[in-house]
Amino acid sequence: MSQEVTFTIDGIEVKAAPGQTILEAAEKAKIYIPRLCHQRDLAPFGSCRICTVLVNGRPQAACTQPAAAGMVVENDCEKVRRYRKNLIEMLFVEGNHFCMFCEKSGKCELQALAYRYGITAPKYPYMWPKRDVDASHKDVFIDRNRCVLCGRCVRASRDLDGKNVFQFVERGERRRVAVNAEARLSDTDASVTDKAVEMCPVGAILKKRVGYNVPVGQRPYDHKPIGSEIENGQSAESKR
Amino acid sequence: MSDALESFVRKTCAELGHDRTRMMDVVRAVQTQFGCVSNAAMNLIARELKTHRVEVESVVSFYAFFSQRQKGKVIIRVCDDVIDRMAGAELVAKAFSEELGIGFGQTSADGKFSLEWTPCIGMCDQAPAALINDVVVTELTGDRAREIVRELRNHMDPRKLVRRHGDGNNGHELVNAMVNNNIRKRGPVIFSPTNRGEAIRKALAMSPAEVIRAVKTARLRGRGGAGFPCGMKWEFTRAAPGDRKFVLCNADEGEPGTFKDRVILTELPDRVFAGMTIAGYAIGAQTGILYLRGEYAYLRAFLEDTLAKRRADGLLGKNVCGKPGFDFDIRIQMGAGAYVCGEETALISSCEGQRGDPKNRPPFPAQKGYLGCPTVVNNVETLCCVTKILEEGPATFCEYGTQGSSGTKLLSISGDCTRPGVYEVPFGLTVTEMLKMAGGEDAIAVQMGGASGQMVPPKDFGRKICYDDLATGGSVMIFGPGRDLLKVASRFLEFFIEESCGTCTPCRAGNVLLKERLDRIIAGKGEPTDLPYLEELGETIKATSRCGLGQTSPNPVLTTLKNFRPLYEALVKERPVGLRPEFDLQAAVSAAEAIVGRKSVHVET
Repeated sequence: MSQEVTFTIDGIEVKAAPGQTILEAAEKAKIYIPRLCHQRDLAPFGSCRICTVLVNGRPQAACTQPAAAGMVVENDCEKVRRYRKNLIEMLFVEGNHFCMFCEKSGKCELQALAYRYGITAPKYPYMWPKRDVDASHKDVFIDRNRCVLCGRCVRASRDLDGKNVFQFVERGERRRVAVNAEARLSDTDASVTDKAVEMCPVGAILKKRVGYNVPVGQRPYDHKPIGSEIENGQSAESKR
Repeated sequence: MSDALESFVRKTCAELGHDRTRMMDVVRAVQTQFGCVSNAAMNLIARELKTHRVEVESVVSFYAFFSQRQKGKVIIRVCDDVIDRMAGAELVAKAFSEELGIGFGQTSADGKFSLEWTPCIGMCDQAPAALINDVVVTELTGDRAREIVRELRNHMDPRKLVRRHGDGNNGHELVNAMVNNNIRKRGPVIFSPTNRGEAIRKALAMSPAEVIRAVKTARLRGRGGAGFPCGMKWEFTRAAPGDRKFVLCNADEGEPGTFKDRVILTELPDRVFAGMTIAGYAIGAQTGILYLRGEYAYLRAFLEDTLAKRRADGLLGKNVCGKPGFDFDIRIQMGAGAYVCGEETALISSCEGQRGDPKNRPPFPAQKGYLGCPTVVNNVETLCCVTKILEEGPATFCEYGTQGSSGTKLLSISGDCTRPGVYEVPFGLTVTEMLKMAGGEDAIAVQMGGASGQMVPPKDFGRKICYDDLATGGSVMIFGPGRDLLKVASRFLEFFIEESCGTCTPCRAGNVLLKERLDRIIAGKGEPTDLPYLEELGETIKATSRCGLGQTSPNPVLTTLKNFRPLYEALVKERPVGLRPEFDLQAAVSAAEAIVGRKSVHVET
C-alpha cells in the first residue's frame, strides 16, 4: 500500500490517504469545502462545481480530484469565492426557489450556501422555467421547480437502494430528473424509506406530512452556517 | 403494429446479444424503422436489454436524432450554422416551410414530412445544406428546396434526389452522394500517395514500444484540437493494467465549420483504419471502434465495405498480416446528433450505450475508458498521420511544420472566401497567408477553431496556425465586410446551449445567462456595466465547467470582447439612475390589456 501524501489547503498542511479526494482529505482536517452534489456514501459526481478549488492555480472540483503530494490548494481565496457565489446564484435563477414558503427552508443546503456566501439576491435575471410537480406517490412528492440536478437521488436509488427509480433525461437546460415509469412516481417502486428520498439537498424530493415537524427557527441552518459541523469536527452523519 | 414493434425489438436485441452497452444501436434501429421510439418501444427495449425503462428514456431523450414523438417518413434537417445562414439557409428554410405547409419542429398531418433545424452537418464549403433522412443535399436555394419537396411528394425516396455525384468516392455506389470533397491543397502527409498495408507491415516488424517511440519521435500531437501528444497517450494506455484495451477513433466531427474528417473518411478510410490497427498493436488492443457522427451516416455502408475488404485481405482479423497473436478488428458505432460526444469521455459514454454525458477525470481514458478498460481515443486525422509516420519514418514527418507542431494540418475553410474547402498546410502558416490561399483577403475577422475557438482580428493576421499560437482542430470561418460579429457570437452561444449535456451548473445555466446579456446588448439595451458582467460570467463558466464544452463555450463572447470591444462599446450606453432599459413596459402590460380589452395609457420614455 502506498504512502500517505501531504499537501496544503490555504497554507495549512493536510494529509491524505492514497486515493482520497481533496474534499475528503480536507474534511478530515476540519476544513470545509462547500459542496452540493457531493454526499458521503455516494460516488463523486462533480456536477454542481461548487467545490471548485484552485490546484496549483488551476480550477478543479475538489470532490473528484485526488489529493497528490505537494499540491497547493486554494479553497478560501477571492477568486474561488467569486466562482462559488456565481454558481450558487446560477442555481437560484435557473429554478424556481421560493424559500419563504418552501418547507425545506432552514435545512436546505442551497439556501444555507447562499447564507454562508452572503447572497441576498442574485445578480442574474430569473429564468422562471416551467417545471412539473409530481404528487402522485402516497408518501413522497417531487417538486422539480426546486431541483438543482445534483443527481444525489439518481445515485442513491441506484447504488444504495438498488432500485433505479430516478435518472436524468433530456439535455442542456431541458435536463431533468425522470422517474422509472411512463410518468408518475407512484408507478415506481419508490418508498419513503429510500435513501434517495433522504438525500435530496433541497426541497425537490420531500416526504409528505412531516414538513413542519421541526418548526422554522429551530432548523439546523437557522442557527449554524452550513459546514460548521465539519469545521467543528462533528460528523456530518450525526447532524442528519 | 405493436406486434411488429415487439418482434422487431426482440430480433434487434437478440442480434446484439441482449447487450445493454449496445443500446444506441437498438434505439437507432427502432427510430429508423418506426419513426419514433415510443413508450411501448422503450418498455420493450428495457425488458430485452434487462435494464430500467428510465435508462432507455435517458438515452432516447439525449440525442437529437432520436424522438419519442412520431416523426415523418422523410425528415428534412436544415443546417443552421453561421456559415449556412450567411449562404442563405434562412431563405431555404422558408421555402421548405412554405412548400411543406409546416413550421420547424413540426410534422405534416399526413405523417410524411418533418422539418427541423440541425447544427453544423459538416458541409460549410457547399452551404446551404440539409440532411434529408441520411441523404445530404448541398448548395441549396429556395427554388431548389421547393423542387425537392415536390419531387419527394411523388416518390418519397430521398436517395433519388442525388442526380449528380460529387468528386472522388462521393460517386462510389455505396456513398452515392452529391457532396464535394473540395480538396484545394494536397500536402505531403495526408493527401499524398500511399501503399495500402505498408504502414501496418512496417509497424508489425517493430515491437509495440518501438512503434510508440516512432510516434513520439515524430512529436505527433492530437489533431482534434486539444493537441495532446499522441505517443504519450499510447504509452499511458499500454502501461495501464488490463487484459482488454480499446482504440476509439473520434469521427464525431461536430465543431461548427469543420469538415476535413468527412473528406478523409470519403477518400482515405484505409489510412484511418491502418492507423487504428497500428494503435491497437502499440497499446495491446484487440478491438477498435470508429465513432461516426449520425450526420455522416451516408458514409457508413462504404466504410463497412472498406472494413470487409481489409478483413478479406488479412489487414484485420486474426493474426493481422500474418503476425501471430495480433488479432484486431474494428466496428463502427453510429452517433445520433450530439456535439458533446466529440468530447472523448462523452464519446466513450455513447459507445457504451449511454447518454453522452462526459465522465469525471481522473481516471483518464488511458486508465479507465470504454467499459472501464484502458482506452486510446484519437482523432481521424491523427490516425492518418500515424500511418504516414510508420510508412516514411518520423524524421520525414518532422520535416514539415514547426518545432512544437510537426507535420501538416488539414484546415476546413469556409465563409467569405472564393475558394472554400479542405487545405493541407504545414503548421506555421500565418492567417494572412491562409486568407490569400483561400481568397478571403478582405476578411474583417477569422473564427479560428470553430465555435469554441477564437475570433481573430485583422491586427493578429500575422499570427501562425500551430499549437503554440493559434491552435485549431481544423475549423476556419472567414467573415468579410458587413458581417455582424456579435450576432455570430450569439449564434455560437445558442449552439452551445442546445448542445450542452446539462450535467454541470456553469455550462447548463451560465451559457443561457451569457446569451441573455449579449442579446440585450445587441438589441441596444445594454449598459457599460454589462461588459464586465459578461467577462466575469464567462470566466466563471470557463474555469468551473466539467468538460471542454463549457470550458470553451464562452470564447465567442470573451474573444470578441477582447478583440472587437468597440463593437460592444458602440451599442451600450449609460442610463439614468433607476431606469431598467431591458424592461419593456408595453410587453409587461399586454397580457392585462388583453384581459380588460383596452389599451393602457403610459408615457413613453
